[in-house]
Amino acid sequence: MLITIAILFACQLAGETISQALGLPVPGPVLGLLLLFAALVLRPRTVDVVAPVSRRLLAHLSLLFVPAGVGVMAQLDVLARDWFALGLTLVASTVIALLVGVGTFLAVQRLAGERE
Amino acid sequence: MTDVAEIWSYLSARPLLWLTCTVVAYVLADGISARLNRHPLANPVLISVLLIAPLLSISQTPYATYFDGAQFIHFLLGPATVALAVPLHANLATIRRSALPLLAALFAGSLAAAGSAILIAMAFGLPEQVIVSVSPKSTTAPVALGISEALGGSPTLTAVLVILTGIVGAVVVTPLMNLLRINDWRARGFAVGVAAHGIGTARAFQVNETAGAFAGIGLALNAVLTSILAPILVALLL
Repeated sequence: MLITIAILFACQLAGETISQALGLPVPGPVLGLLLLFAALVLRPRTVDVVAPVSRRLLAHLSLLFVPAGVGVMAQLDVLARDWFALGLTLVASTVIALLVGVGTFLAVQRLAGERE
Repeated sequence: MTDVAEIWSYLSARPLLWLTCTVVAYVLADGISARLNRHPLANPVLISVLLIAPLLSISQTPYATYFDGAQFIHFLLGPATVALAVPLHANLATIRRSALPLLAALFAGSLAAAGSAILIAMAFGLPEQVIVSVSPKSTTAPVALGISEALGGSPTLTAVLVILTGIVGAVVVTPLMNLLRINDWRARGFAVGVAAHGIGTARAFQVNETAGAFAGIGLALNAVLTSILAPILVALLL
């Protein structure tokens, strides 16, 4: 478990460093994800080391959003008089994004599949 | 014996109290969610927040004090994002096979997420600063805040909108996809990762591992794409 934690932290640290050094808009953890992914591809034996703890961490990904979620409750007043319009915007836009995303995925898959 | 008020003032000045509270609330919320067969409305993030918020308000605890404890959990979001590489790698063969639909859905989904948010907000006649703040709502919080700030939006408002979008996506995705009889876990997962970032991804992992892996890709790729697309869309539409 400690090795996995060390690897995850090290990847994030490297990601943050690269992101800062190059002034990239991509956050450090996302770059860290790419670094760990590259490590897994280049050295497949790393998978056995990293996989169990990573899976357990991801199984409770929801927990990690609780502090930010509580922050929303504390700051709900920023929505102020626009809360109704903003609420509708969020719901409608999220449903549209889900439909467009899933629809495009399936449509392109069908097109690509038929060509094969 | 020390009286209750003294114990309280001792504990409330230390991180342990609200750290414990956060974990316990989540354990309860996860239990409720499991008991209800992972019903989409029984979202563990939502339930945890609804359990903790009243405690803060009753004890008149400012959010900053709560966060002193909760930050240790919040911090793990970074390593957890890195850990997404594992399911990504495990599904590499499937991902390669669906590279084309994946990229198409990324562009279309990301464009739809930011574009529709801007257009709908405009239709409601919301002020420009609010519209800018809502534009990166589907991407992961650190990226969204950066975009909002760079475009002259309000990062605080964006933070709230990002979290709410995640919860909306996580709650809506299962009934919506079931209604449309879409049972391709790759498509379902990827769409929710693009539309509802980490909270949507957490929901996807709850339902199916392949969906979770694809949501993770959607979240990561959309973090990159939105930081390019949102400024262009704002410039074009506003």
